[in-house]
Amino acid sequence: MPIWNPTVEKMGAVELEQLQLERLQTTVNRAYRNVPFYHRKFSELGIAPEDVLELSDIAKLPFTTKDDLRDGYPYEMFAVPLREIVRIHASSGGSAKPIVVGYTRNDLDHWAELVARVMSAGGVTKDDVVQVAFDYGLLTGGFGMHGGAERLGASVIPVSSGNTERQIQIMQDFRSTVLVGTPSYALYMIELMDRIGVPPASLCLRVGLFGGEPMSAKTREHIESRLGIIATDNYGVSAVMGPGIAGECELKKGLHINEDHFYVEVIDPETEKAVPDGEQGELVITTLSKEGLPMIRYRTRDITSVTREPCECGRTSARMDPIRKRTDDMVIVRGVNVYPSEVEALLYTIEHVEPRYQILVDREGGLDYLTLLVELSPVMVTDQMQKLIELEEAIKHSFHAVIGLTPRVRLVEPRTLQSVGPTNRVVDNRENG
Amino acid sequence: MLKLHSVVTYYGKILALRGVSLHVDPGEVVALIGPNGAGKTTVLNTISGIIAPRSGKITFDGRDVTGFSAEKLVTMGLVQVPEGRQLFAEMTVQENLMLGAYRRSRAAKRRELAEDIARVHEIFPILKERFKQSAGTLSGGEQQMLAIGRALMARPKMLLLDEPSMGLAPLIVKDIFNVISNLSKQGTTVLVVEQNAKAALAIAGRAYVMETGRVVMEGAAAELSRNPEIQRAYLGKGYKQILDETELKA
Repeated sequence: MPIWNPTVEKMGAVELEQLQLERLQTTVNRAYRNVPFYHRKFSELGIAPEDVLELSDIAKLPFTTKDDLRDGYPYEMFAVPLREIVRIHASSGGSAKPIVVGYTRNDLDHWAELVARVMSAGGVTKDDVVQVAFDYGLLTGGFGMHGGAERLGASVIPVSSGNTERQIQIMQDFRSTVLVGTPSYALYMIELMDRIGVPPASLCLRVGLFGGEPMSAKTREHIESRLGIIATDNYGVSAVMGPGIAGECELKKGLHINEDHFYVEVIDPETEKAVPDGEQGELVITTLSKEGLPMIRYRTRDITSVTREPCECGRTSARMDPIRKRTDDMVIVRGVNVYPSEVEALLYTIEHVEPRYQILVDREGGLDYLTLLVELSPVMVTDQMQKLIELEEAIKHSFHAVIGLTPRVRLVEPRTLQSVGPTNRVVDNRENG
Repeated sequence: MLKLHSVVTYYGKILALRGVSLHVDPGEVVALIGPNGAGKTTVLNTISGIIAPRSGKITFDGRDVTGFSAEKLVTMGLVQVPEGRQLFAEMTVQENLMLGAYRRSRAAKRRELAEDIARVHEIFPILKERFKQSAGTLSGGEQQMLAIGRALMARPKMLLLDEPSMGLAPLIVKDIFNVISNLSKQGTTVLVVEQNAKAALAIAGRAYVMETGRVVMEGAAAELSRNPEIQRAYLGKGYKQILDETELKA
């Protein structure tokens, strides 16, 4: 498959380092000059922009956290006057204040370029009909992927999310060849197609680009085999830009990072020190070209590892592992780290249940309990108590074997957990969190 | 072709460059723009060996040339056209041109020099007409042409141009920049320092923007040209406004 921007995507290490250093220095200079938050942080640490003389000097710079961005709500972190901002997005904040992201005209231009690279890596060409099933709104997914697909020259259908039956109809009638959305939405589409009797063979889909949430290997396999497509994973963080930070090529051996626009570090979230390439840690991103909202050492809370081994596709960029865990999602119950992604993977191995679940954590009499709500598959709806009890026991057993903790299990009716997403996957009712 | 890695330069006790990194690839025209006193000329003088950097590294044509003398760099093909031209006013145009080949005149064959003079005459026909005239009698634009012509006599791989538009009428500025643009098309790599950001961004592929000894922006020239901050600060659109605003921010 063609490489969208071979000059940078196949750039040598020496050239890339020079470019990154230049851009890191300009970013730091501008952030220090224009964003009071960074000016203050630098002063507190007793450092100045001119202390960044090597890329490794980035370790001297302060981190930026989600809370810092919330404290700066809505515009405090912007590095340019509002009249230079031409687009505003915001993260889903749950009950908390959202994170507001502003883009200048150049930022939008870069964004489209970077998403085009990711899409091209995933196999999308200008001849494709791209159905974007991300929500078009404040979140970055819809407009972000849309801009990249347009830059690529594809025919873009901004169908957004929801009204899934119509979505499937459009996919058939418009002969969409590329589906862009979250993996869980693709799963739901597959299920609905089964229910309303639309055979996947009646579609023209050949490629899927999925992002917005972790996609387990099992989920990918399921989507690929059911829809008959190549599914690639791509990565974005709305506070940093949105989609376009990294994406898999068709070899699916890690997500190629757009390193000319983002400097990535992987750190131990506890010690905050860098971990060696290949080891897991929290991904930290510094923007190298953002004008509207430059971000220095943003703590993504996503767990991954980075490799700099060359990829057979010819791109020289570093690659990161697909995100399977987040430090945020992780709950510690009785000293055991529970990652939702591991729970999902384990549910795939158990028959008669769907990989749709919710985790509730409660404290009773000083003891923590984890309750796992799991959807039964439609074929399993039965009155036979004995069978249900056996199933519960199987889940408990497997959970204990894999995660090291015995949960309480509650089986629920099919499709009752459809509204469970990244924000309410884990509900922690303990007072101290 | 040229790389600066976090170059720090002092003028006496004054910190003039606070870690400047930039690069110019072969065949590129790169502009360095910014207000007076930002350190643009210091960057050129540090590259060309007139001032030694305190720290950092300069690479030219794959070699570490940090601290090399100006003479040595000229023989390597890195030639600066100084601000204010610095011609020998009493000498003729022809003599000034020959001086440009001074570093190589011993080794160079007479025929080569004649060819080079002919090439300069082709680029700047006016210099041919004026070849016997003393440099001091030339107009500002002609002097700038002579200064560039003299630099070309050293057969540079890369030209460093310091404020080529300084003191010239707009029409002449256009001519000079056309010539710079043509030189790059013929394979000469160019780094040009300019206060006339508009003219520089029009011929450059990429540019760096400096302020108080630091690079604060970089990117494709087209991208920088439509950046509102650059437009206000350097392209003459509401210059005063941005000054007030940055003062407020500071």
